[in-house]
Amino acid sequence: MPKIRLDGLSKRFGDTEVLHGIDLEMEDAEFTVLVGPSGCGKSTTLRMIAGLETVSAGEIYIDERPISRLEPKDRDLAMVFQDYALYPHMNVAKNMSFALRLQKRPRKEIDQKVHEVAEMLGLTNYLHRKPAELSGGQRQRVAMGRALTRDSSTFLFDEPLSNLDAKLRTQMRAELALMRQRVHKNMIYVTHDQIEAMTLADRIVVMHDGHIQQEGTPEALFKQPINKFVAGFLGTPPMNFLDATIESDGDSTRLSGDGFSLCCDQATLDILADYSSRKICLGIRPSDLIYDPQAAADTALTLQVDIAEYIGAQSVLICHCGHQKVMVELKSDTPISLGEKLTFRLALEDLHLFNPANDHAIPGFVAVESTDSQ
Amino acid sequence: MNYSTINRITPYIFLAPAVIIMLIALLYPLGYMIYGSFRDWDPSQAIGESTFIGLGNYISLWNDPNFHESLTVTLKFAITVVFIEMIVGVGLALLLDRNLRGMSLLRTMFILPMMIAPVVVGLIWRYMYHPSIGIFNQTLEKIGLGSVDWLGQHALMSVIIADIWQWTPFIFILSLAALQSLPRSALEAARIDGASGWQQIIYIKLPLMMPVLIVTCLLRLIDAFKVLEVILVMTEGGPGLSTEILALRISRTATEFRELGVAAAMSNYLLMLLLILTIIMLAYNKIQELQAVRLRMAAEKEVD
Repeated sequence: MPKIRLDGLSKRFGDTEVLHGIDLEMEDAEFTVLVGPSGCGKSTTLRMIAGLETVSAGEIYIDERPISRLEPKDRDLAMVFQDYALYPHMNVAKNMSFALRLQKRPRKEIDQKVHEVAEMLGLTNYLHRKPAELSGGQRQRVAMGRALTRDSSTFLFDEPLSNLDAKLRTQMRAELALMRQRVHKNMIYVTHDQIEAMTLADRIVVMHDGHIQQEGTPEALFKQPINKFVAGFLGTPPMNFLDATIESDGDSTRLSGDGFSLCCDQATLDILADYSSRKICLGIRPSDLIYDPQAAADTALTLQVDIAEYIGAQSVLICHCGHQKVMVELKSDTPISLGEKLTFRLALEDLHLFNPANDHAIPGFVAVESTDSQ
Repeated sequence: MNYSTINRITPYIFLAPAVIIMLIALLYPLGYMIYGSFRDWDPSQAIGESTFIGLGNYISLWNDPNFHESLTVTLKFAITVVFIEMIVGVGLALLLDRNLRGMSLLRTMFILPMMIAPVVVGLIWRYMYHPSIGIFNQTLEKIGLGSVDWLGQHALMSVIIADIWQWTPFIFILSLAALQSLPRSALEAARIDGASGWQQIIYIKLPLMMPVLIVTCLLRLIDAFKVLEVILVMTEGGPGLSTEILALRISRTATEFRELGVAAAMSNYLLMLLLILTIIMLAYNKIQELQAVRLRMAAEKEVD
């Protein structure tokens, strides 16, 4: 299976550069997810790999073969589009077999392949229907089937689930994960939905403003985000950021901010040696704040509840700590009332520390285990 | 009167002025023509003074070789021009459907002929076709190919060329609009699926444009059957009856031959022909609509 490599890939539309030299390497049969907010360049990157956009600078290699000057059809790719991009005048079977028919493969082989894939995707009863006669989920499945009938080395997905409603999206996401287990090909998947990224990816590439922010396994990115953007982008509810200063009084050192003052241990102090007397930014995942009325004040945050969002077993509380907003997760059956002050215990090792000057994670707190991080 | 009655009749009150104007402007002349077609009617007579002759006008036309000739010329003309215009118009649209610098200017230039008044088009072409001072013959002679008797021996071909020049843009703009409304992603999918430029046209673009192309073709056919001014100015139907299309023959029957009843009957024959085309077109639209509804219903029934 060939691997894919992007080397200094850039894209300009007129005078505006939207991609600033992307370097990326994908291993064999890896499921890579490009994720980022709209306009971050992820779709453009995918379309350049597909050959639907020209490359302004840099090169794309599949198995060390430069392909950026090749026509899409010569790149050995299959693609699933956001709006499915089915051929409206062809029935499901014709849609799925279009590429094979263009290649003038024997009819028997085409029929066999189409039935095989239709079987896998549960489309056998719909082969004679036109796309307009199918529901959204079925159309999405046909689009996937069309990609699968071709034995391409690489599959590209351009936000394939974003036109589906929430329930269907969850279901199709599971089907995609299943398909992933059966089909061992290179897959590059673009999405703005971080849950899709986290659940499907072998490797996540977080993009922002035409740059790669960080790449690595979902776990590595979640646990050791390299900067505030990645930290805030991955995880729901998003990470809380609190401004703090390092204060020493005598033999104890504390991280203090508006409405809180946390005691520091020696290891943290060593890491923060260069930052004494400087401001830092604390990153705290909502799930790392544990409700504990008995917690000592210097290992806890005291938060006043403004809004409680009930979402089932868990509720998301939107609180404030001094003037700063903080979100926490809490079991819904915990008896609390709005306006109440609650104490949440916090373990120092769960803290993320960022340098407010450049929003980078403070060295020592990131990349301890991750080798993928930049 | 209560509110629900008022609500029910309000739309009809608003429609009334338009309906009345239509009745006067459309149905009255039409009825007058149909009535007249059953009578032996000279322009000097009031219609009441003319004699009723039943289907006499229709029967004599049915057996009239000149009418047959005129009908044949009309059919030949209409079918040839529409056929060629469709090919050239759609071809141009496929060619110019891209975003290059200056393309919008080029497109505007392409549709200019359609905006020129038919009489002016007729005059322009008559002078270009002129045996001695026309640009065509002068050019041909300059390059040593000898002159062509455009509006004499090849009169039908010459008027066909002029019509193609004038009306290809109509098909061009409609095809271009159809092309530009095609789903871009389906075309991109076809590129990735390995379709070459030609294969994209044949397997994706043309089939998807078909509904628009069929309606365009029928509209243009209806129009081509009624063509008059350009040919009147260029050849006046001559030489002989070689370019005498039906509309021209109707006008001559009424004015030169002074047979209003026959002219009316001939108009009705033409009307019937066009009616058939129009019904085909409306039926086609209706079928498309019903099909879309059926597809939508099927899709709604599907639950994942």
